[in-house]
Amino acid sequence: MPEIQNFTMNFGPQHPAAHGVLRLVLEMDGEVIQRADPHIGLLHRATEKLAESKPFNQSIGYMDRLDYVSMMCNEHGYVLAIEKLLGVTPPVRAKYIRTMFDEITRILNHLMWLGAHGLDIGAMTMFLYCFREREDLMDCYEAVSGTRMHATYYRPGGVFRDLPERMPKYQASPHRTQKNLKKMNENRSGTLLDFIESFIDRFPGCVDDYETLLTDNRIWKQRTVNIGVVSPERAKQLGFSGPMLRGSGVVWDLRKMQPYEVYETLDFDIPVGVNGDCYDRYLVRIEEMRQSNRIIKQCVDWLRENPGPVVLDDHKITPPTRIEMKDDMESLIHHFKLFTEGYCVPEGEAYAAIEHPKGEFGCYIISDGANKPYRVKIRAPGFPHLAAMNEMVTGHMLADVVAVIGSQDIVFGEIDR
Amino acid sequence: MVELTAKYSLLAEAIAEQLGERARALENSNRELGYAIKPEDLLECCSLLRDSEIFTFDMLMDVSGVDYLSYGRSEWETSSATSTGFSRGVSRGNAPEAGERIAETKYEPAGRFAVVYHLLSVTHNHRLRLKVFCEDDQRPILDSVIDIWSAADWYEREVFDLYGIVFRGHPDLRRLLTDYGFIGHPFRKDFPLIGNVEMRYDSEKGRVVYEPVSIEARTLVPKTIRSDNRYEPDLKDG
Repeated sequence: MPEIQNFTMNFGPQHPAAHGVLRLVLEMDGEVIQRADPHIGLLHRATEKLAESKPFNQSIGYMDRLDYVSMMCNEHGYVLAIEKLLGVTPPVRAKYIRTMFDEITRILNHLMWLGAHGLDIGAMTMFLYCFREREDLMDCYEAVSGTRMHATYYRPGGVFRDLPERMPKYQASPHRTQKNLKKMNENRSGTLLDFIESFIDRFPGCVDDYETLLTDNRIWKQRTVNIGVVSPERAKQLGFSGPMLRGSGVVWDLRKMQPYEVYETLDFDIPVGVNGDCYDRYLVRIEEMRQSNRIIKQCVDWLRENPGPVVLDDHKITPPTRIEMKDDMESLIHHFKLFTEGYCVPEGEAYAAIEHPKGEFGCYIISDGANKPYRVKIRAPGFPHLAAMNEMVTGHMLADVVAVIGSQDIVFGEIDR
Repeated sequence: MVELTAKYSLLAEAIAEQLGERARALENSNRELGYAIKPEDLLECCSLLRDSEIFTFDMLMDVSGVDYLSYGRSEWETSSATSTGFSRGVSRGNAPEAGERIAETKYEPAGRFAVVYHLLSVTHNHRLRLKVFCEDDQRPILDSVIDIWSAADWYEREVFDLYGIVFRGHPDLRRLLTDYGFIGHPFRKDFPLIGNVEMRYDSEKGRVVYEPVSIEARTLVPKTIRSDNRYEPDLKDG
């Protein structure tokens, strides 16, 4: 009788379930995985080296492109590290705006994850539902920054500008009737905050819909329960963070444990899983969306009551207004200096971490006193998660690899950097 | 010395007591606790930091390589003005060569290559930074901490790939981020930003070919270091 040997299979990088450009070399025994070797770097752009060749502010836009489904959170980590080096704190209103947009980003990210994860393991409807809600949040991005994705909205010392008073409206078009147009513009008649409020009133109902489709769904549970189980000890050893760590039952969230911005003053809960499998991680993320909704509500209420500056008045690091610049010599000099040479940051080093939707996003900056960072190291949350791929899928079937990739919430922009 | 919160002061005391001579406090870490450690003490210190009850650094959050080759060097000298003024161009000859002494700065690095570890204790909710300078600039080698924290696996592969620092005891030290068959260590400061080779599809040969880069390196904004009194701690109010 001939001896049956293991065979090697290539998965990706052009596979729809590979979430971008993951290449997995799988050693299979029949349909069971013996070893998984992820090959990454197909999207490596040397973001860190590029950031080292540019003045501090010019790299904020690169940060959006790291994890391109949670843009503002990436900026936040980078900006916080610079602020730590400069020793400045943004105004309170800026802190609230940042907190609010971090949570909007969290919902954006989790919706993308839920849609893609659902699509991967056979729940196609989810994708359409999630993208419907994402559209509204993208509009919030567009209203404050002018772009739907790569916002470059956070700046050292605050945010680029205050929330707009008017929400952009849909225009008349031969493709939509007057009645439809009126309906589409219904919640866009007020300010951005009104628009966000109408979203958060509606959103818990949407999450209920998703849960009706998935949480007790027999097929969904067959695909996720007891798949990719990670014990809390291993999760810590492997450097997990965010929903991956909480899914394994470790109570750890930077927003509670090492609060930054205004999370200390806000009321929200941290969901924690029990079994550490794909299903628990799904439940954790679903609950996080509900909690983010609560946080946004509190931020909206505060922002309505408290107008004020959204960026520091220190024109060494933030630009003066156009009006000041037009008739004040010093402002003109500041503006010119800031946009050509940038500002010099005192010598030293800082590590700033935030609770990114995927886990701990850290930014380690070394400055040698120049107008460019000497070293920028980005601690991408997905990196250690993907590194644990081998451990998580060994012994599982081939089809479970897709469920595990999905539940790790992999985005290659941040892993390859 | 930087001011620390009460919790971190206690941690600093404990570290001084348990690690003693082996850990030298880093002074440039904005209100964060950081220590420089000698390469030979690395494994011992890390085990102690993970296992000792007061520290319990159960997570390794990040490993980062640093190349201090051009630390503290401007690309554009402006300190002395001349009667003719000075060019806005980058002084090209200023790029240091491998093996050259590193510029003098306030926090002078102790070697060319360093590896920085960021530790986190989920149990006690505190962080720590460890910095280890490699002794040999030509062949930088450090011990791998993979047996202490499994997370070190890919982090060390990345540092090896980008900086060429070898980790003794790592079971599978392959390149991670760069292309298959890549030559060089791209994050070293003497590796050009535009790279050395470019690739394209050659229709005559019917395959992808690699060629020396055809574009020219440009520096849009020169790196400038200015001493700014506003950041001097002695001059700061409050």
